[in-house]
Amino acid sequence: MSKVEQQALVSCRGLVKNYGTGNAMVQALRGVDLDVYGGELTMLVGPSGCGKTTLLSILAAILHPTAGEVWALGSNLTALSTAKRTAFRRTNVGFVFQQFNLLPTLTAAENVTVPLVLAGWSKRAALDEAFKLLDRMGMRERGDHLPGQLSGGQQQRVAIARALVHHPRVLVCDEPTSALDHKTGTAILQLLRSIAVEGDRAVMIVTHDSRIFEFADTIASMDDGQIMKVERDRTAFVALSPPADAVPASASSQP
Amino acid sequence: MNWIALKMLMGNRGKYFGMIAGIAFASLLIAQQASIFCGLMLQTSGQVRDIGGAEIWVMDPNVRFVDDVKPLSDTDLYRVRGVRGVDWAVKFYKGLARSRLEDGNFQQTILLGLDDATLVGAPPNIILGTLADLRKPNAVIMDLEGYQLLWPGQEPHIGKRFEMNDREAEIVGICRASRTFQTFPVVYTRYSQALQFVPPERKVMSFVLANGQPGTNPQALCRQIEQQTGLRAVTQNEFAWITMWYFMGATGIPVNFGITVALGFVVGTAIAAQTFYLFTLENIKQYGALKAMGAGNLSLMGMVMLQAAVVSLIGYGLGVGAAAWFGQMSQNSGSKLAFYMPSVVLVGTGLAVCLISVLASLLSLRRVLALEPAVVFQS
Ligand SMILES: Nc1ncnc2c1ncn2[C@@H]1O[C@H](COP(=O)(O)OP(=O)(O)OP(=O)(O)O)[C@@H](O)[C@H]1O
Ligand SMILES: [Mg+2]
Repeated sequence: MSKVEQQALVSCRGLVKNYGTGNAMVQALRGVDLDVYGGELTMLVGPSGCGKTTLLSILAAILHPTAGEVWALGSNLTALSTAKRTAFRRTNVGFVFQQFNLLPTLTAAENVTVPLVLAGWSKRAALDEAFKLLDRMGMRERGDHLPGQLSGGQQQRVAIARALVHHPRVLVCDEPTSALDHKTGTAILQLLRSIAVEGDRAVMIVTHDSRIFEFADTIASMDDGQIMKVERDRTAFVALSPPADAVPASASSQP
Repeated sequence: MNWIALKMLMGNRGKYFGMIAGIAFASLLIAQQASIFCGLMLQTSGQVRDIGGAEIWVMDPNVRFVDDVKPLSDTDLYRVRGVRGVDWAVKFYKGLARSRLEDGNFQQTILLGLDDATLVGAPPNIILGTLADLRKPNAVIMDLEGYQLLWPGQEPHIGKRFEMNDREAEIVGICRASRTFQTFPVVYTRYSQALQFVPPERKVMSFVLANGQPGTNPQALCRQIEQQTGLRAVTQNEFAWITMWYFMGATGIPVNFGITVALGFVVGTAIAAQTFYLFTLENIKQYGALKAMGAGNLSLMGMVMLQAAVVSLIGYGLGVGAAAWFGQMSQNSGSKLAFYMPSVVLVGTGLAVCLISVLASLLSLRRVLALEPAVVFQS
């Protein structure tokens, strides 16, 4: 199926985001258009400070843009009230963080239940569901461990289980592999890919790590608050990797 | 969400116990100091409450508290008896006598003279001897603590003698009395006998003790007595409070205790608020993640307040329990410490703890509510 015919799950038009005011104002996004499709893994790449995290935050409805519109799953996110956007995230968005952000005093399984508990599930039912999911990810026997007792890769798997447990259509991940070694990172990416494909989910990943580009379906390259190129041809991905000793950002976009 | 809030709290042992300790400390200090204060106040009025059998006290209009005796003339007794609604009225003597012991030592004692015929005002709690023996010549009943003060280390026994105003007094009974503020021994005797234990004076009657006829309202009868006699008439309970208020106003006691209570409150609040705030800060990333995942401000507020409520409740229980235990121990060990913990102390301490927990959680709440969910992606 050609992507032109397929409906985008998340799309944005003319996104502008300014931080601060007056002389201290930083233009983090300067007019961004992007379409993100279900069943795909979309990566946002580019030098440090180019606005990747800002864009991801707006697409995930945790940040409000200065101008422009975001449509996700048929709703205009930019027109929703704060409470409605919170509710939207609760049901439709899963989050995976660089530092995992698991609650340290909850067991792995309990951490996985959080989105279900937020949706009003009882603890018992939520735990059953969490263990089922951990089981499928080969993590069942770790369910009763505290995050501190798990390796980084295991913690990230738990975090991914937490992001998935309530079956959201959109998954956002900021640097999900940068706290992991390459081998573990590759395994995590394989997992995320299968999640995208199986659930027809839109998985968005911000990354610096060119070694995982091969897992992407689409790579949007950003620089200085704009999308320079949207590459859908996998054979071209290798060319997107910067040389190993590349200077990250243009001087102007450094904070 | 509640179980998550509790697991967050209890998983962090250090902060959890820190907050409980802060609140327990504050409750302990507040409840204990307030109880000692209540105990002292009760002591000031103990002599009023110990006089049983009469519901109305009649006195000179200038009397300010129970030890502030301004003698009445005997005709006042008949004027009180003449008031309609008065069932009976009797004389009551209260004064200070100097006792001289066998070894020549002197000791001030509180001398109480009960109406010869009825013995109204007799000690409620006689532990040795009988009240009837008070009718014997020179007979007195002494309170246990007074006895132990006069004859330290001796088992109390009946028949012990000492002198007051060069007259011999013989102990025919030992009673328990509320500890008095002056800590003098309390000696009960007949009114006519009491007059022989003190140097002669023109007017000697200290109070008139009276009771209304069945069915009369004591307060209304007091107003009636006051109107007709120009004396002051109050119920026993009122007189106890008048005495306590006098001591509260005339001494620095409330201020002193107030300062300690305030200190406990401030220090407890500071410890609890600081620890709770640090606890919240430590979890701020987690709160940010919860917000990103769709936790509303209301449920986060609920989490923070539940955590504050739990540590407050536990701290309150420990603190108040320790205060009560302390009071019990000091009473069991026979110490002279005044300690009385009425329910108003528990309620007051509870309110103080509520205030502490609200103050402590305010800072944290502000922090959590102002948190932008987008911080979760900032490293
Ligand atoms: N909360 C903020 N307040 C002010 N400026 C901000 C804020 N967040 C981001 N910025 C600025 O906006 C620009 C884009 O930031 P963003 O975090 O989106 O970049 P990024 O591409 O994710 O960078 P990195 O690869 O280093 O994570 C940067 O110049 C940054 O300094
Ligand atoms: Mg970033």
